[in-house]
Amino acid sequence: MRFLFKTSYAQDIALAKHGGHRFWYALLGLALLAAPWALDEYWLAQLNFVLIYSVVGLGLMLLAGFTGQFSIGHAAFLGTGAYTQGVLVNLGVPFPLAMVAAALLSAAVGVVVAMPALRVKGIYLGIATLAFGFIVEEVFARWESVTGGNAGLHVKSPRLAGIDFGGGEAFYFVCLVTTILCTLGVLNLLRAPTGRAFVAIRDSEVSAQSMGIHLARYKTLSFAVSAALAGLGGALYAHKISFLSPDQFSILQSIDLLLMVVIGGLGSVHGVFLGAIFLISMPQLIAMSKDWLPEAIGQAPGLQGLVYGVVLIAFVLFEPMGLYGRWLKIRTWLQLFPFYRRGMFKRQKSFTKSDRLK
Amino acid sequence: MQVLQLLLSGIAQGCIYGLIALGFVLIYKATETVSFAQGDLMMLGAFAAFAGMALFGLPFWAAALLALAAMVAFGMLVELAVIRPILGQPQFSIVMLTIGIGYVLRGLITMVPGIGTETHTLAVPYKDQVWKLGGLVVNVEQAVVIGATAVLCVLLFAMFRYSKLGIAMQASSQNQLAAYYMGIPVKRLNSLVWGLAAAVATVAGMLLAPITFVHANMGFIGLKAFPAAVVGGFGSLPGAIVGGLIIGVVESLAGFYLPDGFKDTAPYIVVLAMLMLKPNGLFGEKLRKKV
Repeated sequence: MRFLFKTSYAQDIALAKHGGHRFWYALLGLALLAAPWALDEYWLAQLNFVLIYSVVGLGLMLLAGFTGQFSIGHAAFLGTGAYTQGVLVNLGVPFPLAMVAAALLSAAVGVVVAMPALRVKGIYLGIATLAFGFIVEEVFARWESVTGGNAGLHVKSPRLAGIDFGGGEAFYFVCLVTTILCTLGVLNLLRAPTGRAFVAIRDSEVSAQSMGIHLARYKTLSFAVSAALAGLGGALYAHKISFLSPDQFSILQSIDLLLMVVIGGLGSVHGVFLGAIFLISMPQLIAMSKDWLPEAIGQAPGLQGLVYGVVLIAFVLFEPMGLYGRWLKIRTWLQLFPFYRRGMFKRQKSFTKSDRLK
Repeated sequence: MQVLQLLLSGIAQGCIYGLIALGFVLIYKATETVSFAQGDLMMLGAFAAFAGMALFGLPFWAAALLALAAMVAFGMLVELAVIRPILGQPQFSIVMLTIGIGYVLRGLITMVPGIGTETHTLAVPYKDQVWKLGGLVVNVEQAVVIGATAVLCVLLFAMFRYSKLGIAMQASSQNQLAAYYMGIPVKRLNSLVWGLAAAVATVAGMLLAPITFVHANMGFIGLKAFPAAVVGGFGSLPGAIVGGLIIGVVESLAGFYLPDGFKDTAPYIVVLAMLMLKPNGLFGEKLRKKV
């Protein structure tokens, strides 16, 4: 077991709390740097998708996991970023500049969505974002002069100063750098007063307000940052997929994103990455297991949905903290060995408290 | 005349939205959760009726009753198996849970060989009949939808207003703990509510089946019932029907008078406007939390 002896207040908010953190994250960083040489093209592409979805997931986690505002329309922000990137890059704008523009435009859209969000709570907010997601999807489909409509939009490969970043390895590093910067940014935000205000809003709006937190401002800010991250992820997504069509940003995508943060573990940054790994690796695992299953089950078009549904139900019922929660338990078990007790993480029984009386 | 015709088809469609929204409101009123599986319960109900008619060769009415009974049992089973264990957890966990249930139902139905992946017609006795009232052409299917919705509404309204059961449900929806102390069996009540919601969904499914078809993805219409529930005010039964009618009529008129693309988004534009102007909906209760 490790005991931290704190000698200064700065240790409380340090990103790496102790030597173990430094060692393991450094190892992870090295592994990620070496990945293009260690993995073949296919697995590198999958890793690339994990990174892209992590960026989007960071945004949704900030909003849903840390501010407590649930969005069932996050694919709209992803799509806004992706289409902005696609259109700008096709016009010849350098791609880092286009990425910044994609993030900013998504943030602006996020502020617009936050306007009804300031008046509504809980499930109403979910439905407002759901409605917004549908409208944006329809806009992508109908605004043919810009988005190419249902015929789709081809995105040129990212170029800067004559160098093509579109290849597997070069683009992997673009994604890696973006992901690391976003992760550090979010971690830093969360230990700053702004992030603390977000968490306060999540835990209780009334007490947050009593402590002098401007609810409207911080909720809008949370939506804006979340949308910006989703837009940034969308920009990367546009290059990775290189062909955009409106149905990629439908309600199903939004639910997938939500699934990712819930299964990863709401309220933890680690959960984003675990969730992204789950979301990307699950279709592969299902495809692999298809040969083992009887034909009626293996060939059914709903197999993936069924597996997602069962996993989601299982996590909500048995592991509300998600994959990260499971890891916490394993880690505690290892740290306390042999003193771990079964009831350590037991949930408290409670009655539903009415949300309507807010 | 054309406007009347549009209104009529809008109202019929709106009744379907209203019925699904009724399911949302029932569950919301009793357990303060929103069920995203309502559309899929509707799909399952329609399939149950179809299976009764096609596989067992039952007449429509027998199949409908059988499907209703089966779905009530199924709804209660779902509540018992997955909703009850997390009663009292944050609202959002339950929302995610119902999304999961929806996924599972949709996946399971596609695995039934020969039935799940096809599109079917439900051979109701009133199929393809038309009444002519002056210049107005009334599809009997649409008339049945409107009539059945009206009857169901009156029944539900009476139940919540006058029966002990309905009042107990309202009490437990306002404060589960206090209701429990007053001797109301909250858990059993929640089961009943889920059964009731599944029954309403089944009715909606059987009414919708002759108009569209029976297929695994018909539950997605449930996503249009959310605007209906919100416009009416989420906690109000008459509100759900009125909201459904508004959404249905707006959709039908927008499809005819506005450019392409507005038909599908009109309900969502309406609901966004509603949330900005009157977040509690038309019939919603106004309550504030006091500290």
